[in-house]
Amino acid sequence: MMAASQQPDLPDGPPDPAGRDYIRLQDYSFFYGANQALDTLSFSIPKEQVTALIGPSGCGKSTLIRSINRMNDLVEDVRHEGDILISGESVFHPHIEVISLRKRIGMVFQESNPFPKSIYENVIYSLRVSGVRRKSELDEVVERSLRAAALWDEVKDRLYENAFTLSGGQMQRLCIARAIANEPEIILMDEPCSALDPIATGRIEDLIYELKKHYTIVIVTHNMQQAARVSDRTAFLYMGRLIEYGETESLFISPRIPQTEAYITGRFG
Amino acid sequence: MKRFFHSELDTLKSQLILMGEKASAALRKSARALSEKDLDLAEKVIAEDDAIDDLEIQIDREATRYLTLRSPVASDLRLITVAIKASHDLERVGDEARNIAKRTRKMILKKGAIGDTLYIPEMAIMAEEMLRDAFQCFIASDAERASAVLSKDEEVDALNKANFKDFIHKAKNDPESINLYLDLIFISKSLERIADHATNLAEEVIFLTTAVETRHQN
Repeated sequence: MMAASQQPDLPDGPPDPAGRDYIRLQDYSFFYGANQALDTLSFSIPKEQVTALIGPSGCGKSTLIRSINRMNDLVEDVRHEGDILISGESVFHPHIEVISLRKRIGMVFQESNPFPKSIYENVIYSLRVSGVRRKSELDEVVERSLRAAALWDEVKDRLYENAFTLSGGQMQRLCIARAIANEPEIILMDEPCSALDPIATGRIEDLIYELKKHYTIVIVTHNMQQAARVSDRTAFLYMGRLIEYGETESLFISPRIPQTEAYITGRFG
Repeated sequence: MKRFFHSELDTLKSQLILMGEKASAALRKSARALSEKDLDLAEKVIAEDDAIDDLEIQIDREATRYLTLRSPVASDLRLITVAIKASHDLERVGDEARNIAKRTRKMILKKGAIGDTLYIPEMAIMAEEMLRDAFQCFIASDAERASAVLSKDEEVDALNKANFKDFIHKAKNDPESINLYLDLIFISKSLERIADHATNLAEEVIFLTTAVETRHQN
């Protein structure tokens, strides 16, 4: 029997001036063909905080994160119900251009995916596509983005080397720098450390802590210790439903729902 | 590599040091209230114990939070476990100081002569030295000096036994003052317990810095 989920902690209405409902899901459901992956989710993600999505494989974490920047539009035979709002505006509104939306929302994936180009070109790739040509502007973006991704000091003397010469952790930070280059408002991270060793993982976690001063971060992770370390708020999903959502400290010290307790203590199933 | 959350351990250490200072001050003031028959000072010690209790709760909460959120290992983990135990020891030191102050208040209000307190002042000085030394070792991560604290506990135990024997003897010869001697026996016992807590703290410092267990060696 599924425990009662903890549904929205903020009422419906205009966006909260304090940014507590910066990203708001309203009765959001998502379907792959006949299969329902997300079931009437309603909760709010605050601005410039880290929100972790946890839950067993297949619970809908990645589907949810990919709904925020409409990555799921690329999948065939899918549909959604309900809405996702950013600063009070629906990401599905007809006047929203998906390309512009994705510039506002950077994304970092499980496997780092640099382009087979130089470190420099990786960072400014989307700017080049947008037609930015001025060298001084591109140089400034490269330095600012690499500094923000805590990679500048390690690569400043080898910017024109191929990105594949970097270590796994450095490549992941390069991908974060590439996401930052667009000056997004939100960074989505889908298991960004699952392919990294503990040292590289530590660097990414420290970076997340720094990035939240300027960006709203939503991170999917299977590593509950990581969710506890890096996030301000945690949402536990199971079979497409939101089981519990709240401050990370409260959720991990005294979860309200027995199912959450069972999952985070490893007694699940 | 210093992680973003390691500064939380420094905060926890600072809180423990603050608690240690407050507990030492409570002991010092309670001993002075007795020796100078200072009612106001005794009342102050009783009132200030709440602040020590609050610090214990705060430290326990912070330690639990760190255990839950930061997955500490090795010396970080030892610091957390030591913080939880040390805060409990210090809370008990505060309670014993408050007990001394309460008995002192009772004796002063009875307006009788308190008389000879035998080795109580000496025990108070020794117990406070033990507390101070244990904390300086904690701050300096000095296990060697912490070991020296352990040996002093036997001296305080011996003084307590001598007090007990002498106060019982006096009570037998002066049955009308039996309540006074009972209060002094309890004060002596409180000081002996404070020395025990200081010993615990020293053992915790040794465990923290060397990972060597020294409890219950005798």
